[in-house]
Amino acid sequence: MSQAKVPAWVNVALIPVLNILLAFLVSGLVILAIGENPIEAAGYLIYGAFGYDEGMGYTLYYATNLIFTGLAVSVAFKGGLFNIGGEGQAYIGGLGVGLICLSLDHTMPFYVIAPLAVIGAAVFGAAWGYIPAYLQARRGSHIVITTIMFNFIASSLMVYLIVNWLKQDGRMAPNSRTFEENAWLPYLHEVFSPLGIEIGDSPLNLSFIWALLCCVFVWGLVWHTRWGYQLRTLGTNPTAARYAGIDTAKVTIWAMLISGGLAGFVGLNEIMGVNHNLLLNFTAGYGFAGIAVALMGRNNPIGIILAAILFGALYQGGAELAFEIPTITPEIVVVIQGLVILFSGALEHMFKDRIEGFFIRRAVA
Amino acid sequence: MFETLILMLDATMRVSTPLIFAALAGLYSERAGIVDIGLEGKILGSAFAAAAAASVFGSAWIGLCFGIMASVGLAMIHGFACITHRGDHIVSGVAINTIVAGLTVTLSMHWFGMGGQTPALTGDARFLDITFPFADALESVPVIGSIYSNLLSGHNILVYLAFLMVPITYWAIYKTRFGLRLRAVGENPHAVDTAGISVSFIRYRALIICGILCGLAGAYLSTAHNAGFLKDMSAGKGYMALAALIFGKWRPVPVLLACLLFGFLDAVAVRMQGVEIPGIGQVPVQAIEVLPYVLTVLLLAGFIGKAIGPKAIGRPYVKERA
Repeated sequence: MSQAKVPAWVNVALIPVLNILLAFLVSGLVILAIGENPIEAAGYLIYGAFGYDEGMGYTLYYATNLIFTGLAVSVAFKGGLFNIGGEGQAYIGGLGVGLICLSLDHTMPFYVIAPLAVIGAAVFGAAWGYIPAYLQARRGSHIVITTIMFNFIASSLMVYLIVNWLKQDGRMAPNSRTFEENAWLPYLHEVFSPLGIEIGDSPLNLSFIWALLCCVFVWGLVWHTRWGYQLRTLGTNPTAARYAGIDTAKVTIWAMLISGGLAGFVGLNEIMGVNHNLLLNFTAGYGFAGIAVALMGRNNPIGIILAAILFGALYQGGAELAFEIPTITPEIVVVIQGLVILFSGALEHMFKDRIEGFFIRRAVA
Repeated sequence: MFETLILMLDATMRVSTPLIFAALAGLYSERAGIVDIGLEGKILGSAFAAAAAASVFGSAWIGLCFGIMASVGLAMIHGFACITHRGDHIVSGVAINTIVAGLTVTLSMHWFGMGGQTPALTGDARFLDITFPFADALESVPVIGSIYSNLLSGHNILVYLAFLMVPITYWAIYKTRFGLRLRAVGENPHAVDTAGISVSFIRYRALIICGILCGLAGAYLSTAHNAGFLKDMSAGKGYMALAALIFGKWRPVPVLLACLLFGFLDAVAVRMQGVEIPGIGQVPVQAIEVLPYVLTVLLLAGFIGKAIGPKAIGRPYVKERA
């Protein structure tokens, strides 16, 4: 079967669009089942996500997190590794950001804190990805199971650290003190207003730009370096990679370091950009949502940006929807997310084989 | 001291029950070569269906039936993706967990409108504790009386069923023809296919059993251990059961012991809250909570024994065509 006969747009556009339509169709049926009008719901959702400045800002703010975790999942996936631990890596990455901000915000200016926080997020996230990677590469334990376990370990560790060490004295609330303003990432509406561009107030901040830069970085790294070639070889055929003399253990470990570091950047957006203190559960499932984003974006940076904006729109539009139609909860977005994972991930062969077969037959005829 | 121990073991039994059901569920599935990280989703789905049906029909047994149906339905989606369409087992499991996490809240808001809960269950809508005969009379007998009355007696029927499932699973896996085939499918599906037995059918049957057991785990959570469904009430139990399954090296009796160990650690964590230990000081609850996961990671890494799973696990079976 020659892949060449299948037109590129089939794999890049047709199949992902079909899968997402199927996911929306089933979600529509769920909304119908709880007695609401899916078309009306979709209307509120789209208006909430894109209809006005603030909504758009929120959409891109959610998308920022999803770009980071989507990239994290896809870099590992390119090497044939399933990093299901983005949630834990993001959580620990946030710890790195928080510790930098808490220790330097009284003494250092923003332009010193910001790069250190970026490094902190990357190093802490990468460290949390390193242990499962090392165990997979050198000790043969399965990365899926270890990364799941590390999510739980991260969660307990953070509760311990925040409640016992970082919590403010005499307060019940389990979060750290608020950082001084020189440790806050500027909001984009603040950045743009001196330039004469007015955009609505939203939590959208500089980390969005950083997320886009990360996409460029991943694109260059995976498709235009020797290491990227090794990574893709490992992902496509590990045996061939070994015979070609690629140090597979080393590539595995580096793939997970980069993956964990990317996931850690969620902390930049959430801790330094929006919450301005270190708090519990700020990752809120973004690590898992990254799996859906990577699957839908076909592990390609452009695809991941598009998929992240789509899911960001669902998060923001879902909140709007729940406000307009109280019987629909924001959790409907989680259902849609799961359906996307099911149709474009687990059931990917259902359409793919048939559609590709159709085009191959047509090309032959 | 002895009374405290009895109380903690009693708590251990209650906490371990859903883990035992779920870990055995995973055992059937993984021994047949299907990775199941969707245990969590199936437990949660069943917990919701069981509580919803129990509150509508006022019967815990009808609730249990609905819970099992929901869980088996989810297992069949997993089978459809992994067996029929050769999809990735992990991706399918993640999809099921995600869908259920969203759907249970959406539906319970629609049906009951109580912020994602179901109404509190009372009377026949719950599985009540069973008191063994003469339990009250024997309680005063030292040691044995206390074990009989306080530890063995006074649990609901699902607790006893969970412990009973262990020998049944042992028998089914090691002593029956179906069990032999199930293990063979997980180790070498080609050999099974060559013998003229359908690999897909065996795997589907394994998933049905897996669904039933997860259904029992979920129903236990919402209609026996608690009185109703709460949002995200499975709280990682499916993943902990997966850890127990690996810790028990995919064998029924060691899996039971792993579940009891994890359950005991949970009971210890609750008891240790704020207790000062002489010489050590206060042990953080989180340090105990995290032990099951740390132990499993250490085991997987080969630092304490070695966990080797079924050989053909996670790999879709493609029948060769001439």
